Amino acid sequence: MKRIVRDRKVRQFHQAKWDEPVIFELHRAGERGVIPPQAEPAVTAEAGGVQDAIPANMRRSQAPALPEIGQAKVLRHYLRLSQETLGSDLNVEIGQGTCTMKYIPRINEMLIRNPRMTELHPLQDVSTVQGMLEVYHHLDLAMREISGMGAFSFQPSSGTQALLAMASIVRAYHDSRGEGEKRNEIITTIFSHPSQAATAAVKGYKIITLHPDEDGFPDLEKLKAAVSERTAGFVVANPEDTGIYNHRIREFTDVVHAAGGVCYYDQANANGLLGITRAKEAGFDMCFFNLHKTFAAPHMCGGPATGALGVTDVLKPFLPGPLVDQAADVGYVLREQGEHSIGKVRSFHGVAQTVLRAYAWILSLGAEGLKDVAQIAVLNNNYLYHKILQIRGASAPYIKGRRLEQVRYSWKQLTDDTGVTTEDITRRMCDFGLHYWTSHHPYIVPQPFTLEPTESYSKEDLDEYIQALEHISNEAYTTPERVRTAPHASTVHRNDESSLDDPRQWCITWRAYLKKTEPSTVK
Amino acid sequence: MADHRTYAHPYIPNTVPEVRDAMLREIGLTSLDQLHDAIPDHLKLEREMDLPPAMNEYELRRHIEGILAKNKHGADYLNFLGAGCWQHFIPTVCDEINQRSEFVTAYAGEPYEDHGRFQALFEYQSLLAELVDMDVVNVPTFDWAQAASTAIRMAGRITGRRTALVPRSVDPDKVAIIRNYCTPVMNIRMVEIDPATGKMDLADLQRKLDGDTAAVYFENPGYLGMIEDQGADISRLAHAAQALSIVGVDPISLGVLEPPARYGADIVCGDLQPLGMHMNYGGGQAGFIATRDEEKFVMEYPSRLFGIVPTEVEGEYGFGDVAYERTSFALREKGKESVGTQTALWGITAGVYLALMGPSGMQEVGGTIVQKAKYAALRLSKIPGVSLRFGGTPFFKEFVVDFNGTGLTVAEINRRLLDEGIFGGKDLTASYPEWGQCALYCVTEIHTQADLDRLAGAVRAIVDTGTSAAGASGEEQTP
Repeated sequence: MKRIVRDRKVRQFHQAKWDEPVIFELHRAGERGVIPPQAEPAVTAEAGGVQDAIPANMRRSQAPALPEIGQAKVLRHYLRLSQETLGSDLNVEIGQGTCTMKYIPRINEMLIRNPRMTELHPLQDVSTVQGMLEVYHHLDLAMREISGMGAFSFQPSSGTQALLAMASIVRAYHDSRGEGEKRNEIITTIFSHPSQAATAAVKGYKIITLHPDEDGFPDLEKLKAAVSERTAGFVVANPEDTGIYNHRIREFTDVVHAAGGVCYYDQANANGLLGITRAKEAGFDMCFFNLHKTFAAPHMCGGPATGALGVTDVLKPFLPGPLVDQAADVGYVLREQGEHSIGKVRSFHGVAQTVLRAYAWILSLGAEGLKDVAQIAVLNNNYLYHKILQIRGASAPYIKGRRLEQVRYSWKQLTDDTGVTTEDITRRMCDFGLHYWTSHHPYIVPQPFTLEPTESYSKEDLDEYIQALEHISNEAYTTPERVRTAPHASTVHRNDESSLDDPRQWCITWRAYLKKTEPSTVK
Repeated sequence: MADHRTYAHPYIPNTVPEVRDAMLREIGLTSLDQLHDAIPDHLKLEREMDLPPAMNEYELRRHIEGILAKNKHGADYLNFLGAGCWQHFIPTVCDEINQRSEFVTAYAGEPYEDHGRFQALFEYQSLLAELVDMDVVNVPTFDWAQAASTAIRMAGRITGRRTALVPRSVDPDKVAIIRNYCTPVMNIRMVEIDPATGKMDLADLQRKLDGDTAAVYFENPGYLGMIEDQGADISRLAHAAQALSIVGVDPISLGVLEPPARYGADIVCGDLQPLGMHMNYGGGQAGFIATRDEEKFVMEYPSRLFGIVPTEVEGEYGFGDVAYERTSFALREKGKESVGTQTALWGITAGVYLALMGPSGMQEVGGTIVQKAKYAALRLSKIPGVSLRFGGTPFFKEFVVDFNGTGLTVAEINRRLLDEGIFGGKDLTASYPEWGQCALYCVTEIHTQADLDRLAGAVRAIVDTGTSAAGASGEEQTP
């Protein structure tokens, strides 16, 4: 037979397209998906009828209009929807910068499905959950070593919730010193995640946002001008979402401390720093790590997750409780909240599965392996950076030197030349089975995109992504309509988004859709 | 460049020395250390971190399974703990779907690469909407406490007022979360409960409603298990004061209990964990919020809301973000509260659960729970010295057992139940000291008659032997 030629540079891909109905359309009266456990006749005889046990005005008068669907149909429907979802397992997911989409080790996913994990009740006697508490304690110890902080809470269940907890601790700390009223400002930077500003505002703070200097660094002079006796705290990521590391960070924290503020560190971008540099030496009073980013727990369509919150010894009494501790003779115990505790930010002990995953991941790497992670993540990023800058129409604003684990790029030149925008490229990248993201808002970098290759991808993986971007750049300059009209190989075509911001038209549920599109009511 | 290991790490392909060196050369470097030149020496960690040595996959599995073997779980023990995390039947298809690689590892994909994720979450919103009988449901938030906190802040923004009234029967841990989240923007003021029935004290509610009341928040069934049948009165009083009525609800009760929208709720919230999530030591929680489809409500959600739209091709369903400009993703500190990673996978799972159960399944499971819980309560209350704290008030799956007549503490009873392989109910003595020795028991559809008889038998034996046998067993137990 002939040799099969495979010399194409971009993948010939088409996303699964099942043309699947909305689940309510699978309804067939009388079908059942599952039969739940029933009460035994003797139980029913002694307890009496259900109706008699419920006050008359509280009995459901009309059954919920849920669909009735046989089990195989339900399974098939959701399997099809899963196939119509890309997932980082199935693509070179370096396009979601700031989110550290790394390989999710299967051993960890197997370990968290152990019934001695899944079937634990959070209020069980501590003598019956010694293994779980051991995992919490040992992860705490590892996190202290990685960051230099004095204690960790795993209660916050995302980066945003950790930021909220840190803003709450800032408030409680100043309240404890009688300065809570006076100190009403939190300072952040424009290249930090929007949740830094948003959570500080939730805690009632006025937000001061610093813009970078011309090289893209946070501006120390602007910080000096911003601090005052009203400064409650300073929150920043380092590197910021540009991938630029602020080498003067210790001067920043010193300036804030001199003004009486608390410095807290968003370590969502920590992947290039493990074993290299720590929060403590940079002068931070608190930090958090996303276990679902840096520590290889999966993102799960957007949670559940963990924002591991670390504080210096001074701030330990402010942590949400309880905390796991090791006591002589009795093993691991749960200690109630410290005297200034902010109380709680999430029920029970946070997301225990993610705590176990992160612990397992650290054990699979050791100190040397964690440093490999940081070095290879930065190597991969600088290789990618070097290649992207060679693509026509692409650039990376600000300093020309190396970046750490990610870069925020710009297609400004390409857009000026061709009219093709970064949003168009988002849709076109789908056609090659690749995810691509722009940036948080506002777009300080024009026509932005943010790539973070992590340590997980091989050189060939990175080359595949680069070639897809090159291909699209060529298309933009030669056949721009092809990019503008993308996607061409997706489950669906471009949305008509005109209804999404119109209260008369938006449909957030199927029942609302049926009401709002009733033929007699549609104009 | 010295090679510091003899093989590439399985998770880090570019630790292959030849590849690594070629990449370094390509960017003009000669060593890995140069990559971090931007970090000044005084900030560098000049030693290796003190962490346990790396394990290979088999070593890791043995090690972690060894640690987990120290845990006792709900199949080894008979569990009557609830109090915000409950052991329910989980259809196998729920686990099959939420373990799918695509859903486990998806995150922020566009509607074009993640059509399935958008559709599954839209369907979750739609299925839960039927259960709560409201037209808008959000992509899930962290847990019930967070959902209640946000509902209260939404009410504050809608009414322009700053106080929420909350009955003392709400879980103190939940109140702690609400207080932290609402400080300093909203005040949380507690309303008394009737000491005999556990229901809200309407006279106290009436006294505390004023021109600063944004909302009255109450639960059904409540933390202490009781069914609050004054919902219509509470909503009426709230509305008369131009405040909103917010109801927290256990969704697994809604096959048999009236949805709050029908007794005046403006915002409904609760926890999805009963709808298909394993307890996971508290990691299965997920909060929901539901409202009517009115702009003034929809525009106050901080969460993402997925909507259905046409595409440019006739006959295709598309999905996208509704009113994205309200979120902190779009507006930073000027958005509504904050949004980010929360508990989307549990939303998808709850959707699968409701699709499997259908209206009959939800009605059956609710009825089974009510009957089994009532059976257990009847059995326990026949034991001398044991009674129900709120005996005359109907309850759903949880009830407060009063052990004051036994001469034993809840701690002692629970310690001895543990020796029998039973997790007794949550000890309420710290949260409600004025009630003396009371515990919150939870019974669900997973308990068999034999389980419930075993519980009653064990409690009876402990009470019969009284304090004389205290300490006779279990002292030698080591954790």
